[in-house]
Amino acid sequence: MAQAKTTKATGEQIAYANILNIGMFLGLAIIVVTFIIYMLGILSSFIPPQDIPKYWGMKSKDFIHSMGAPTGWAWLAMVGKGDYLNFIGIALLAGLTILCYLVILPILIRKKDTPYVVIAFIEIAVLTLAASGILKSGGH
Amino acid sequence: MSQRLSRFLFIAGVFLTLILVAGTVLASTEPSTVPEAVASGSKTPWWAWPIILLVFTFILGILAVLGGVGGGVLFVPLVGGFFPFHIDFVRGAGLIVALSGALAAGPGLLKRNLANLRLALPVALIASSAAIVGAMIGLALPAKLVNILLGATIIGIVIIMATAKKSDFPVVPKPDGLSQSLGIMGIYREESLGKDVEWNIHRTLPGLLLFIVIGVMAGMFGLGAGWANVPVLNILMGAPLKISVATSKFLLSITDTSAAWIYMNSGAVLPMIVVPSVIGIMLGSIVGVKILARTKPKAIKWLVIGLLLFAGLRALLKGLEIWK
Repeated sequence: MAQAKTTKATGEQIAYANILNIGMFLGLAIIVVTFIIYMLGILSSFIPPQDIPKYWGMKSKDFIHSMGAPTGWAWLAMVGKGDYLNFIGIALLAGLTILCYLVILPILIRKKDTPYVVIAFIEIAVLTLAASGILKSGGH
Repeated sequence: MSQRLSRFLFIAGVFLTLILVAGTVLASTEPSTVPEAVASGSKTPWWAWPIILLVFTFILGILAVLGGVGGGVLFVPLVGGFFPFHIDFVRGAGLIVALSGALAAGPGLLKRNLANLRLALPVALIASSAAIVGAMIGLALPAKLVNILLGATIIGIVIIMATAKKSDFPVVPKPDGLSQSLGIMGIYREESLGKDVEWNIHRTLPGLLLFIVIGVMAGMFGLGAGWANVPVLNILMGAPLKISVATSKFLLSITDTSAAWIYMNSGAVLPMIVVPSVIGIMLGSIVGVKILARTKPKAIKWLVIGLLLFAGLRALLKGLEIWK
Protein backbone atom coordinates (compact mmCIF):
# COMPACT_ATOMS: atom_id res chain seq x y z
CA MET A 1 0.00 0.00 0.00
CA ALA A 2 1.61 3.27 -1.13
CA GLN A 3 1.73 6.06 1.42
CA ALA A 4 1.53 9.76 0.62
CA LYS A 5 4.99 11.35 0.35
CA THR A 6 4.75 13.84 3.16
CA THR A 7 6.70 14.59 6.30
CA LYS A 8 3.42 15.00 8.17
CA ALA A 9 2.16 12.25 10.45
CA THR A 10 -0.89 10.30 9.28
CA GLY A 11 -4.36 10.88 10.77
CA GLU A 12 -4.25 7.67 12.79
CA GLN A 13 -0.79 8.55 14.09
CA ILE A 14 -2.01 11.95 15.32
CA ALA A 15 -5.13 10.40 16.86
CA TYR A 16 -2.98 7.80 18.65
CA ALA A 17 -0.61 10.51 19.91
CA ASN A 18 -3.44 12.69 21.24
CA ILE A 19 -5.01 9.90 23.29
CA LEU A 20 -1.60 8.82 24.55
CA ASN A 21 -0.79 12.36 25.63
CA ILE A 22 -3.98 12.88 27.62
CA GLY A 23 -3.95 9.39 29.16
CA MET A 24 -0.31 9.57 30.14
CA PHE A 25 -0.70 12.87 32.02
CA LEU A 26 -3.90 11.65 33.68
CA GLY A 27 -2.26 8.35 34.69
CA LEU A 28 0.82 10.02 36.13
CA ALA A 29 -1.27 12.58 38.03
CA ILE A 30 -3.38 9.78 39.50
CA ILE A 31 -0.40 7.69 40.63
CA VAL A 32 1.18 10.72 42.32
CA VAL A 33 -2.04 11.68 44.15
CA THR A 34 -2.93 8.12 45.16
CA PHE A 35 0.63 7.47 46.36
CA ILE A 36 0.50 10.56 48.59
CA ILE A 37 -2.83 9.30 50.01
CA TYR A 38 -1.19 5.91 50.61
CA MET A 39 1.96 7.31 52.25
CA LEU A 40 0.05 9.72 54.49
CA GLY A 41 -2.22 6.92 55.65
CA ILE A 42 -5.36 8.86 54.72
CA LEU A 43 -6.99 5.55 53.82
CA SER A 44 -6.28 2.33 55.69
CA SER A 45 -4.15 -0.12 53.72
CA PHE A 46 -4.44 -3.85 53.12
CA ILE A 47 -0.78 -3.99 54.17
CA PRO A 48 0.28 -0.86 56.08
CA PRO A 49 3.31 0.89 54.49
CA GLN A 50 5.43 0.21 57.58
CA ASP A 51 4.88 -3.54 57.14
CA ILE A 52 5.72 -3.73 53.44
CA PRO A 53 9.49 -4.21 54.04
CA LYS A 54 8.63 -7.53 55.72
CA TYR A 55 7.21 -8.85 52.47
CA TRP A 56 9.03 -7.31 49.53
CA GLY A 57 11.84 -9.86 49.74
CA MET A 58 9.38 -12.68 49.00
CA LYS A 59 8.68 -14.23 45.64
CA SER A 60 5.44 -12.69 44.40
CA LYS A 61 3.68 -16.07 44.49
CA ASP A 62 4.64 -16.56 48.16
CA PHE A 63 3.58 -13.01 48.95
CA ILE A 64 0.14 -13.64 47.45
CA HIS A 65 -0.29 -16.95 49.21
CA SER A 66 0.87 -15.80 52.64
CA MET A 67 -1.02 -12.50 52.61
CA GLY A 68 -4.07 -13.54 50.62
CA ALA A 69 -3.29 -10.59 48.36
CA PRO A 70 -5.53 -10.20 45.30
CA THR A 71 -4.48 -11.30 41.83
CA GLY A 72 -5.99 -10.43 38.46
CA TRP A 73 -8.67 -7.76 38.75
CA ALA A 74 -9.56 -8.68 42.36
CA TRP A 75 -7.74 -5.49 43.42
CA LEU A 76 -10.77 -3.53 42.17
CA ALA A 77 -12.75 -4.80 45.16
CA MET A 78 -10.02 -3.39 47.44
CA VAL A 79 -9.68 0.00 45.80
CA GLY A 80 -10.86 1.63 49.03
CA LYS A 81 -7.56 0.55 50.61
CA GLY A 82 -4.66 3.01 50.35
CA ASP A 83 -2.26 0.53 48.73
CA TYR A 84 -4.67 -0.81 46.12
CA LEU A 85 -5.90 2.70 45.32
CA ASN A 86 -2.53 3.12 43.57
CA PHE A 87 -3.52 0.46 41.06
CA ILE A 88 -6.02 2.82 39.41
CA GLY A 89 -3.23 4.97 37.92
CA ILE A 90 -1.01 1.98 37.15
CA ALA A 91 -3.89 0.19 35.38
CA LEU A 92 -4.69 3.35 33.44
CA LEU A 93 -1.08 3.61 32.20
CA ALA A 94 -1.03 -0.09 31.34
CA GLY A 95 -4.42 0.06 29.62
CA LEU A 96 -3.78 3.19 27.60
CA THR A 97 -2.37 1.35 24.60
CA ILE A 98 -5.58 -0.67 24.19
CA LEU A 99 -7.57 2.58 24.18
CA CYS A 100 -5.23 4.06 21.55
CA TYR A 101 -5.73 1.03 19.29
CA LEU A 102 -9.51 1.29 19.72
CA VAL A 103 -9.31 4.93 18.62
CA ILE A 104 -7.27 4.27 15.47
CA LEU A 105 -9.23 1.18 14.43
CA PRO A 106 -12.19 3.10 12.88
CA ILE A 107 -9.72 5.35 11.02
CA LEU A 108 -7.96 2.33 9.56
CA ILE A 109 -11.32 0.76 8.63
CA ARG A 110 -12.41 4.00 6.91
CA LYS A 111 -9.16 3.97 4.92
CA LYS A 112 -9.83 0.33 3.95
CA ASP A 113 -6.31 -0.44 5.18
CA THR A 114 -7.08 -4.14 5.59
CA PRO A 115 -3.64 -5.44 6.74
CA TYR A 116 -3.46 -2.84 9.50
CA VAL A 117 -7.09 -3.34 10.50
CA VAL A 118 -6.26 -7.02 11.02
CA ILE A 119 -3.04 -6.18 12.89
CA ALA A 120 -4.87 -3.70 15.14
CA PHE A 121 -7.68 -6.19 15.82
CA ILE A 122 -5.24 -8.94 16.81
CA GLU A 123 -3.19 -6.52 18.95
CA ILE A 124 -6.32 -5.43 20.82
CA ALA A 125 -7.15 -9.12 21.40
CA VAL A 126 -3.60 -9.88 22.61
CA LEU A 127 -3.47 -6.91 25.00
CA THR A 128 -6.99 -7.57 26.26
CA LEU A 129 -6.02 -11.18 26.94
CA ALA A 130 -2.93 -9.99 28.85
CA ALA A 131 -5.02 -7.51 30.82
CA SER A 132 -7.83 -9.96 31.51
CA GLY A 133 -5.96 -11.81 34.24
CA ILE A 134 -6.51 -15.18 32.56
CA LEU A 135 -2.78 -15.51 31.89
CA LYS A 136 -1.53 -14.59 35.35
CA SER A 137 1.37 -16.60 36.74
CA GLY A 138 1.02 -18.06 40.23
CA GLY A 139 -1.84 -16.79 42.35
CA HIS A 140 -4.37 -18.75 44.38
CA MET B 1 34.07 17.79 28.24
CA SER B 2 32.87 20.85 30.11
CA GLN B 3 33.81 21.48 33.71
CA ARG B 4 30.14 21.45 34.65
CA LEU B 5 29.69 18.00 33.18
CA SER B 6 32.75 16.69 34.98
CA ARG B 7 31.34 18.02 38.23
CA PHE B 8 27.98 16.44 37.48
CA LEU B 9 29.63 13.12 36.66
CA PHE B 10 31.55 13.15 39.89
CA ILE B 11 28.53 14.05 42.03
CA ALA B 12 26.27 11.53 40.26
CA GLY B 13 28.90 8.83 40.63
CA VAL B 14 29.38 9.53 44.33
CA PHE B 15 25.61 9.57 44.95
CA LEU B 16 25.04 6.39 43.04
CA THR B 17 27.89 4.60 44.79
CA LEU B 18 26.63 5.75 48.20
CA ILE B 19 23.13 4.57 47.44
CA LEU B 20 24.33 1.24 46.06
CA VAL B 21 26.56 0.65 49.10
CA ALA B 22 23.80 1.77 51.48
CA GLY B 23 21.29 -0.39 49.62
CA THR B 24 23.53 -3.43 49.89
CA VAL B 25 24.28 -2.88 53.58
CA LEU B 26 20.67 -2.15 54.47
CA ALA B 27 19.43 -4.96 52.25
CA SER B 28 21.57 -7.43 54.17
CA THR B 29 19.32 -6.83 57.16
CA GLU B 30 16.26 -7.48 55.06
CA PRO B 31 14.44 -10.79 54.97
CA SER B 32 14.39 -12.87 51.82
CA THR B 33 12.37 -15.97 52.56
CA VAL B 34 8.77 -16.46 53.57
CA PRO B 35 8.94 -17.48 57.24
CA GLU B 36 11.64 -15.00 58.19
CA ALA B 37 9.93 -12.33 56.18
CA VAL B 38 6.78 -12.50 58.20
CA ALA B 39 8.57 -12.94 61.50
CA SER B 40 11.24 -10.28 61.35
CA GLY B 41 11.17 -6.57 60.74
CA SER B 42 13.40 -4.12 58.93
CA LYS B 43 16.00 -2.05 60.76
CA THR B 44 15.66 0.73 58.22
CA PRO B 45 12.61 2.97 58.72
CA TRP B 46 10.02 2.04 56.09
CA TRP B 47 9.65 5.62 54.88
CA ALA B 48 13.36 5.80 53.99
CA TRP B 49 13.01 3.27 51.17
CA PRO B 50 10.72 5.25 48.86
CA ILE B 51 13.00 8.28 49.37
CA ILE B 52 16.17 6.28 48.64
CA LEU B 53 14.47 4.81 45.57
CA LEU B 54 13.30 8.23 44.39
CA VAL B 55 16.80 9.73 44.64
CA PHE B 56 18.42 6.68 43.10
CA THR B 57 16.03 6.52 40.14
CA PHE B 58 16.30 10.29 39.65
CA ILE B 59 20.06 9.90 39.08
CA LEU B 60 19.41 6.81 36.98
CA GLY B 61 16.98 8.80 34.83
CA ILE B 62 19.64 11.45 34.14
CA LEU B 63 22.29 8.86 33.33
CA ALA B 64 19.90 6.88 31.12
CA VAL B 65 19.20 9.90 28.92
CA LEU B 66 22.86 10.92 28.73
CA GLY B 67 23.94 7.33 28.09
CA GLY B 68 21.30 6.83 25.41
CA VAL B 69 19.64 3.86 27.10
CA GLY B 70 16.17 3.23 28.49
CA GLY B 71 15.51 3.50 32.22
CA GLY B 72 14.35 -0.11 32.49
CA VAL B 73 17.62 -1.65 31.38
CA LEU B 74 19.50 0.19 34.15
CA PHE B 75 16.73 -0.11 36.73
CA VAL B 76 16.25 -3.90 36.85
CA PRO B 77 19.87 -5.06 37.31
CA LEU B 78 20.85 -2.21 39.65
CA VAL B 79 17.75 -2.22 41.87
CA GLY B 80 17.59 -6.03 41.70
CA GLY B 81 21.23 -6.29 42.69
CA PHE B 82 21.50 -3.68 45.42
CA PHE B 83 18.06 -3.25 46.96
CA PRO B 84 16.27 -5.73 49.23
CA PHE B 85 13.33 -6.30 46.88
CA HIS B 86 12.63 -9.68 45.31
CA ILE B 87 13.47 -9.81 41.62
CA ASP B 88 9.75 -10.40 40.82
CA PHE B 89 8.80 -6.97 42.21
CA VAL B 90 11.84 -5.34 40.60
CA ARG B 91 10.91 -6.70 37.18
CA GLY B 92 7.28 -5.61 37.65
CA ALA B 93 8.45 -2.11 38.55
CA GLY B 94 11.04 -2.12 35.74
CA LEU B 95 8.35 -2.77 33.17
CA ILE B 96 6.16 0.04 34.46
CA VAL B 97 9.18 2.37 34.58
CA ALA B 98 10.01 1.55 30.94
CA LEU B 99 6.34 1.77 29.99
CA SER B 100 5.90 5.20 31.59
CA GLY B 101 8.98 6.56 29.84
CA ALA B 102 7.73 5.27 26.50
CA LEU B 103 4.23 6.65 27.08
CA ALA B 104 5.68 10.06 27.93
CA ALA B 105 7.90 10.17 24.84
CA GLY B 106 5.35 8.59 22.46
CA PRO B 107 3.07 11.53 21.63
CA GLY B 108 5.89 13.88 20.63
CA LEU B 109 7.67 11.25 18.56
CA LEU B 110 4.47 10.26 16.74
CA LYS B 111 3.44 13.85 16.01
CA ARG B 112 6.88 14.68 14.61
CA ASN B 113 6.60 11.58 12.40
CA LEU B 114 9.81 10.15 13.84
CA ALA B 115 8.07 7.19 15.45
CA ASN B 116 6.30 5.50 12.57
CA LEU B 117 3.03 3.71 13.24
CA ARG B 118 3.23 1.59 10.05
CA LEU B 119 6.64 0.30 11.09
CA ALA B 120 5.70 -0.07 14.76
CA LEU B 121 2.37 -1.89 14.54
CA PRO B 122 3.47 -5.19 12.93
CA VAL B 123 6.62 -5.28 15.08
CA ALA B 124 4.63 -4.48 18.23
CA LEU B 125 2.16 -7.29 17.60
CA ILE B 126 4.97 -9.84 17.54
CA ALA B 127 6.97 -8.33 20.40
CA SER B 128 3.98 -7.84 22.72
CA SER B 129 2.72 -11.39 22.15
CA ALA B 130 6.20 -12.75 22.85
CA ALA B 131 6.52 -10.52 25.93
CA ILE B 132 3.49 -12.23 27.47
CA VAL B 133 5.19 -15.60 27.06
CA GLY B 134 8.43 -14.13 28.45
CA ALA B 135 6.65 -12.69 31.49
CA MET B 136 4.97 -16.00 32.30
CA ILE B 137 8.24 -17.92 31.94
CA GLY B 138 10.09 -15.29 33.99
CA LEU B 139 7.63 -15.42 36.86
CA ALA B 140 7.69 -19.21 36.91
CA LEU B 141 11.49 -19.46 37.09
CA PRO B 142 13.36 -19.51 40.44
CA ALA B 143 15.00 -16.22 41.42
CA LYS B 144 18.52 -17.69 41.24
CA LEU B 145 18.06 -18.73 37.62
CA VAL B 146 16.46 -15.40 36.74
CA ASN B 147 19.48 -13.60 38.20
CA ILE B 148 21.94 -15.79 36.29
CA LEU B 149 20.08 -15.28 33.00
CA LEU B 150 19.62 -11.57 33.74
CA GLY B 151 23.33 -11.17 34.48
CA ALA B 152 24.26 -12.95 31.25
CA THR B 153 21.78 -10.83 29.29
CA ILE B 154 23.07 -7.58 30.77
CA ILE B 155 26.66 -8.55 29.92
CA GLY B 156 25.42 -9.32 26.40
CA ILE B 157 23.78 -5.88 26.24
CA VAL B 158 27.08 -4.30 27.33
CA ILE B 159 28.84 -6.06 24.45
CA ILE B 160 26.14 -4.90 22.00
CA MET B 161 26.32 -1.31 23.30
CA ALA B 162 30.12 -1.26 23.12
CA THR B 163 30.48 -2.82 19.69
CA ALA B 164 27.26 -2.38 17.68
CA LYS B 165 27.56 -0.08 14.71
CA LYS B 166 24.84 2.38 13.87
CA SER B 167 24.05 3.92 10.54
CA ASP B 168 22.32 7.30 10.24
CA PHE B 169 21.00 6.47 6.77
CA PRO B 170 21.36 2.75 5.96
CA VAL B 171 21.36 1.84 2.28
CA VAL B 172 18.28 -0.12 1.27
CA PRO B 173 18.94 -1.13 -2.36
CA LYS B 174 15.47 -2.60 -2.84
CA PRO B 175 12.60 -2.65 -0.34
CA ASP B 176 11.31 -6.20 0.15
CA GLY B 177 7.86 -7.40 -0.87
CA LEU B 178 6.49 -7.68 2.68
CA SER B 179 7.38 -4.11 3.63
CA GLN B 180 5.98 -2.89 0.31
CA SER B 181 2.70 -4.72 0.77
CA LEU B 182 2.38 -3.34 4.31
CA GLY B 183 3.29 0.15 3.09
CA ILE B 184 6.17 0.47 5.55
CA MET B 185 7.97 3.52 4.24
CA GLY B 186 8.09 7.16 5.10
CA ILE B 187 9.61 10.57 4.79
CA TYR B 188 10.83 12.84 7.57
CA ARG B 189 12.51 16.21 7.95
CA GLU B 190 16.20 15.80 8.81
CA GLU B 191 16.99 19.11 10.47
CA SER B 192 20.75 18.46 10.60
CA LEU B 193 20.82 18.24 6.78
CA GLY B 194 18.04 20.73 6.18
CA LYS B 195 16.20 18.36 3.86
CA ASP B 196 13.51 15.69 3.74
CA VAL B 197 14.71 12.09 3.90
CA GLU B 198 12.75 9.27 2.31
CA TRP B 199 13.18 5.82 3.76
CA ASN B 200 12.23 2.21 3.09
CA ILE B 201 13.10 -1.04 4.82
CA HIS B 202 14.22 -4.49 3.78
CA ARG B 203 14.73 -7.90 5.45
CA THR B 204 11.34 -7.42 7.07
CA LEU B 205 10.64 -11.10 7.82
CA PRO B 206 13.94 -11.87 9.62
CA GLY B 207 13.53 -8.59 11.49
CA LEU B 208 10.04 -9.51 12.64
CA LEU B 209 11.21 -12.96 13.70
CA LEU B 210 13.97 -11.43 15.83
CA PHE B 211 11.31 -9.46 17.70
CA ILE B 212 10.00 -12.77 19.07
CA VAL B 213 13.30 -13.17 20.94
CA ILE B 214 13.36 -9.50 21.95
CA GLY B 215 9.78 -9.67 23.26
CA VAL B 216 10.44 -12.81 25.30
CA MET B 217 13.52 -11.22 26.89
CA ALA B 218 11.68 -7.97 27.62
CA GLY B 219 8.90 -9.85 29.39
CA MET B 220 11.16 -12.29 31.17
CA PHE B 221 13.53 -9.72 32.66
CA GLY B 222 11.28 -6.66 32.85
CA LEU B 223 13.73 -4.72 30.73
CA GLY B 224 12.84 -2.16 28.15
CA ALA B 225 14.16 -3.51 24.87
CA GLY B 226 15.56 -0.42 23.16
CA TRP B 227 19.06 -1.93 23.28
CA ALA B 228 17.83 -4.66 20.91
CA ASN B 229 15.09 -2.82 19.00
CA VAL B 230 17.38 -0.13 17.61
CA PRO B 231 20.07 -2.41 16.07
CA VAL B 232 17.40 -4.63 14.48
CA LEU B 233 15.39 -1.73 13.04
CA ASN B 234 18.48 0.23 11.99
CA ILE B 235 21.17 -2.23 10.94
CA LEU B 236 19.10 -5.26 9.90
CA MET B 237 15.92 -3.68 8.51
CA GLY B 238 17.53 -0.49 7.25
CA ALA B 239 15.40 2.20 8.89
CA PRO B 240 17.24 5.52 9.44
CA LEU B 241 18.73 5.85 12.92
CA LYS B 242 16.34 8.60 14.05
CA ILE B 243 13.32 6.61 12.88
CA SER B 244 14.72 3.47 14.57
CA VAL B 245 15.38 5.17 17.91
CA ALA B 246 12.01 6.94 17.97
CA THR B 247 10.01 3.92 16.79
CA SER B 248 11.85 1.73 19.31
CA LYS B 249 10.95 4.07 22.17
CA PHE B 250 7.32 4.11 21.08
CA LEU B 251 7.35 0.31 20.64
CA LEU B 252 8.19 -0.14 24.31
CA SER B 253 4.83 1.38 25.22
CA ILE B 254 3.14 -1.58 23.51
CA THR B 255 5.62 -4.40 24.27
CA ASP B 256 5.92 -3.53 27.94
CA THR B 257 2.17 -3.05 28.31
CA SER B 258 1.42 -6.71 27.67
CA ALA B 259 4.16 -7.94 30.02
CA ALA B 260 3.24 -5.36 32.68
CA TRP B 261 -0.30 -6.74 32.81
CA ILE B 262 1.02 -10.26 33.46
CA TYR B 263 3.18 -9.00 36.35
CA MET B 264 0.33 -6.89 37.71
CA ASN B 265 -2.22 -9.69 37.49
CA SER B 266 0.27 -12.04 39.17
CA GLY B 267 0.68 -9.77 42.19
CA ALA B 268 4.24 -8.75 41.25
CA VAL B 269 3.59 -5.01 41.42
CA LEU B 270 4.11 -3.14 44.69
CA PRO B 271 3.17 0.57 44.59
CA MET B 272 5.83 1.30 47.24
CA ILE B 273 8.49 0.28 44.69
CA VAL B 274 6.75 1.30 41.46
CA VAL B 275 5.60 4.85 42.16
CA PRO B 276 8.83 6.41 43.52
CA SER B 277 10.71 4.69 40.70
CA VAL B 278 8.42 6.02 37.98
CA ILE B 279 8.51 9.56 39.41
CA GLY B 280 12.29 9.47 39.96
CA ILE B 281 13.08 8.21 36.46
CA MET B 282 10.67 10.69 34.83
CA LEU B 283 12.10 13.68 36.73
CA GLY B 284 15.64 12.47 36.07
CA SER B 285 14.86 12.13 32.36
CA ILE B 286 13.59 15.71 32.21
CA VAL B 287 16.81 16.97 33.84
CA GLY B 288 18.87 14.63 31.63
CA VAL B 289 17.33 16.04 28.45
CA LYS B 290 18.20 19.58 29.59
CA ILE B 291 21.81 18.58 30.29
CA LEU B 292 21.99 16.70 26.99
CA ALA B 293 20.98 19.83 25.07
CA ARG B 294 24.06 21.63 26.37
CA THR B 295 26.69 18.91 26.35
CA LYS B 296 28.08 16.08 24.25
CA PRO B 297 28.43 13.48 26.93
CA LYS B 298 30.25 10.70 25.07
CA ALA B 299 32.04 9.78 28.27
CA ILE B 300 28.70 9.16 29.99
CA LYS B 301 27.95 6.39 27.53
CA TRP B 302 31.03 4.61 28.85
CA LEU B 303 30.05 5.36 32.43
CA VAL B 304 26.65 3.76 31.76
CA ILE B 305 28.29 0.78 30.04
CA GLY B 306 30.58 0.36 33.07
CA LEU B 307 27.59 0.63 35.41
CA LEU B 308 25.69 -1.97 33.39
CA LEU B 309 28.67 -4.32 33.36
CA PHE B 310 28.94 -3.98 37.15
CA ALA B 311 25.20 -4.60 37.56
CA GLY B 312 25.31 -7.57 35.17
CA LEU B 313 28.19 -9.16 37.07
CA ARG B 314 26.38 -8.53 40.34
CA ALA B 315 23.22 -10.27 39.05
CA LEU B 316 25.26 -13.17 37.70
CA LEU B 317 27.25 -13.62 40.92
CA LYS B 318 24.10 -13.21 43.03
CA GLY B 319 22.41 -15.94 40.99
CA LEU B 320 25.45 -18.19 41.35
CA GLU B 321 25.45 -17.39 45.10
CA ILE B 322 29.06 -16.17 44.90
CA TRP B 323 28.11 -12.60 45.90
CA LYS B 324 24.93 -12.77 48.00
